[in-house]
Amino acid sequence: MKTNDFSIMIGGEAGDGISRSGETLARAFLRGGLHIFGTNDYQSLIRGGHNFYILRVKGEEVYSQGDLVDLLIAFNDDTINRHEGDIVSDGGIIYDGEASKITPKRNDLKRYIVPLNRIVEELNGRTIMRNTVALGAAIGLLDYDLTLLFGVLKDSFEGKVADLNIAAAERGYKYAKENYGDFGYQLKKQEPKHKMVLTGNEAVGLGAINAGCKFYAAYPMTPVAGLLHFMAENERNYDMIVLQAEGEIAAINMIVGASYAGARAMTSTSGGGFCLMTEGLGLAGMTETPVVIMVGQRPGPSTGLPTYSAQGDLRFILHASQGEFPRVVVAPGDVEQCFYETMRAFNLAEKYQLPVIILADKYGLESHCEADPFDPHRIGVERGELIVGEYRGGEEYKRYKVTERGVSPRALPGTKGAIIRANSSEHDEYGYTTERAELTKEMNEKRFRKLSLLLKEFDGIETTKLYGPQSADATIVSLGSTKGPIREAMRLLEARGIVTNFLQIIYLEPFPTSAVKRVLDSANKTMMVEHNVTSQLSSLLKERLLRDVDYKILKYDGRPFNPGELSKRIEEAL
Amino acid sequence: MVTLKELATPVPNTWCPGCGNFGILMAVKNALVELGLSREETVLVAGIGCHGKMPNYVNTANLHGIHGRTLPAATGMALSNPNLTVICHAGDADCYDEGWEHFAPALRRNIDMTLIVHNNMVLGLTVGQATSTSQEGFRSRSTPHGVIVPPLNPIAHAIVGGGTFVARGFAGDPKHLQKLIVEAVRHNGFGYVDVFQPCVTFNYLNTYQWFKERVYKLEETGHDATDRWKALEKSFEWGDKIPIGLFYREKRPTYRDNLPHIKDRPLTGLDLGKTDISSLLKDHM
Repeated sequence: MKTNDFSIMIGGEAGDGISRSGETLARAFLRGGLHIFGTNDYQSLIRGGHNFYILRVKGEEVYSQGDLVDLLIAFNDDTINRHEGDIVSDGGIIYDGEASKITPKRNDLKRYIVPLNRIVEELNGRTIMRNTVALGAAIGLLDYDLTLLFGVLKDSFEGKVADLNIAAAERGYKYAKENYGDFGYQLKKQEPKHKMVLTGNEAVGLGAINAGCKFYAAYPMTPVAGLLHFMAENERNYDMIVLQAEGEIAAINMIVGASYAGARAMTSTSGGGFCLMTEGLGLAGMTETPVVIMVGQRPGPSTGLPTYSAQGDLRFILHASQGEFPRVVVAPGDVEQCFYETMRAFNLAEKYQLPVIILADKYGLESHCEADPFDPHRIGVERGELIVGEYRGGEEYKRYKVTERGVSPRALPGTKGAIIRANSSEHDEYGYTTERAELTKEMNEKRFRKLSLLLKEFDGIETTKLYGPQSADATIVSLGSTKGPIREAMRLLEARGIVTNFLQIIYLEPFPTSAVKRVLDSANKTMMVEHNVTSQLSSLLKERLLRDVDYKILKYDGRPFNPGELSKRIEEAL
Repeated sequence: MVTLKELATPVPNTWCPGCGNFGILMAVKNALVELGLSREETVLVAGIGCHGKMPNYVNTANLHGIHGRTLPAATGMALSNPNLTVICHAGDADCYDEGWEHFAPALRRNIDMTLIVHNNMVLGLTVGQATSTSQEGFRSRSTPHGVIVPPLNPIAHAIVGGGTFVARGFAGDPKHLQKLIVEAVRHNGFGYVDVFQPCVTFNYLNTYQWFKERVYKLEETGHDATDRWKALEKSFEWGDKIPIGLFYREKRPTYRDNLPHIKDRPLTGLDLGKTDISSLLKDHM
C-alpha cells in the first residue's frame, strides 16, 4: 500500500470543468493536511479539444507534477487514448463504461468503471456534475475522508447546487467502495497545516492590492488574463480603478498617466502584448515614472503556443524599447515570491522612479501551488522621495533635479508651489525639452546613477537564493518557474546518491553579479536549466561574469520540465 | 487665479512664423485665465509633432508623451485624480492616424477631460506628408501624385461614436476658439474640440484664406446642439461652407460617475499602508 504519495490526472474537453475539478480536489487534500501541486494543460479553444489537469499530493512538500500519474479520470475516449501511456504500471483509470466506446488497451491498469452520467441523471443534475461523481469515486478508491470534499463543495457552491454536488460526490464514493477493492494507494489525513492554495496570477494580484495598487489597466491575454480577472473582481473592495484598455499600447500609456498623477499603477501582458508596450516602457523610463508591468511568457515567436509555457523573452525584456534607461527585472519562482516580489516591485518603482518588470510564465502563473499564509506586513509601503501637499524648496521646483543619487524628489501634480513637467524628449532639470549635448550627457548619467544606488539596496534583499547544501556535485542555475521541477529533480538525484544544489537568480536587472559569482566560484559542475532554445540566462551570465556554465539543459516544446526527465538529463550531464 | 504672465515660459518658440499653433496657444492661455485654473492642478498632455511643443510654451503641469498616445495617458491621469484639469493636445496625425484606436474608446468612456486636436491636415514636423484629414488630391512629399482617398470626418465619427461635447474651432479666430475651449473644459465629461490649424509651410491648400472664405459659426444659425441628427447633418457640410462651433452636446454620466465605490475621491491620496487583504487571504485557505 502506497500512502500519501499520489498523482492524479483529470482529462476531458474544454468546457468540461477540468481545471475546476482539479482545484476542488486540491483543496480537499490540503484541508486534510496534505501537500499539493496542480497544473493544467489546455489548448487555445473554448469548447471541445483536449484539456487535462495533473494534481500531485504528498505527505511532505511537493513542488511540481511528477512524470507519470497513478490514477486517470477520463471524461472522454480521447483522454483514454492520449493518456493511457502516462499511468504507472500498477495505476488505475476511472471512466464511464456506459458512455465510452473504447476500453483501455493496457491490461496492467485497474479499470474503475463508474456510471458517471447515469448517476447525474438519477440526481437530475447537470452533466458537468459527473466531475463531482468522479472526484467522490477517486476519494473512495483512496480511502480518504469524504467530508473534506463536502466542505470544499459547500464553500464553492451555494444552496441547492451545493447539496446536489454533495449527493453526487457521495454516490461516486459509495459506488467505488461497493464495487472495487484495494487500489494500492491511500491518502491519510495529517495534522492540518493552514496553507493557502493559489495561482501565480492570484499571488501577484494579492501583492499588488496589498502594495496599494490603485490603477490597473490591461488588455486580455493568456496567460495573464487571470490577473485582470482577479483585479476586476476586487476593484470595488479596494478603492481601485481596473480598466480593460483598448489594447496594450493604451494600457501602458494609461498607467504612465495614472502614475504621473500619483496612483500606484500596474499592467500585465504576455510577449506579444509586451511588444506593443515597448514604446510606452521607454516613456516610463525617460519620464522617470514608476510603473509595474507583469509579463507572463508563453512560447513564441509570434502567436506561438498561446496556452503553453516558455522562458524565451528574458533577453527581449532586458533590452526592450529604444535607447538606454534603467529598469528592474524580477523573476519570481513560486507563489510566495510572486506575492512578496510584487510588493517590492511597487516600492522599487517609486523609490527609483523607473519601470519594474515582473517576469513570469504560464506554468508559474496558472498552476495551483500551496504556500504558508502570506504576511501582508513583511514588506511595507515605501514611496521614496515624494513631495505632497506643498513644495517648500527655495528654488523653483525641478522635476529632474540632478542629484548625487540620481533620484530627483518627485512631486505630484496638484502639489502647491510645484509645476511638474514630465517629458519624453530629453529635458533639462525643469522638464523643458533640450537638445543640448552636455545636458543630454548629464541626464543620461543621472538616470543611470539610480542603478548604482539600487545595487546597494540589493545587498539587503534576496536577489538570488541557494537551495540545497553549500557544496555539491553539481550546481544548477535557473530562473522563474523551473524552480519547482528542479527542486523535485534534486530529491530524485539525492535518492540516487547525487548531491546537487540550485541557484535561483531572482533579480535579472540590475544583475546581482557578486551574489551569483560567489556561488559559481565555489561550484563543481555548473548546469543551466532553461525553458528556451538559446539559453538566454547563460548568455547573460557570460556577459556579466565572463564565464559559461558547463552544461545547458534546455526544453522548448511548451511543456514544463518533469522532475524525472530533468533528473535524468542532469545525471547524464555529470 | 492664473495670469497670462504666469503662463509664459522661458523657452523660445520655434514654430514657423504665422503657424496656426500661435492662435491655438493664445486661445488656450486665455481660456485657462478665464477659467481661473491653478497652474499646479492643470495638466497639459501633448504628443509628438508641432503641437507637441505646447508644454514648453504653457507654464502648467504637463506630460509630453509619445506620438498617438496622449489620450491613454490623459485617461490614466484624469481617472486617478479628478481634481486635476486634464487638457489633452494632439495633432491630426497624432490623434487620427497613429492614435486612432484611442479615439473611439475615449468618446464612449466620457472621462472628464478635454481633447484639443491641432488639425492642420498635414504632418509638419516630419517635413510635409499627408495625414488622414488631408484633402483628396493634396500633394505632399509622401503623396506626390495627390491623396487618392477621401479624408476622415472626425466630427461625424465623434457624434456617432458617443461624444458628449463635439466642437470645431479655427486657429484664425482665437476668441471664438477660446470660448469653445472654456466650454469644453467646463463640460462634465469628454470635451472634444477639433481645430482648423493652417500650416503655412506644408499645407498650400488649406490656408488661412481658404478657411476664412468658408467657415461660419453654427451658433449664429440657430443650430440646436442637443439634436444629434442635426449635428450629424452639419458634420457632413464641407465645401463652400464649413461650420465651426459646437455641433453636439449631451448630458451623460462620466466614467467615474459609474464607479460609485470611489465617487470623486482621487486614487492618489489614499493611505496605501492601510490596505487590509486579510479576507482575500482567507479566500485562498
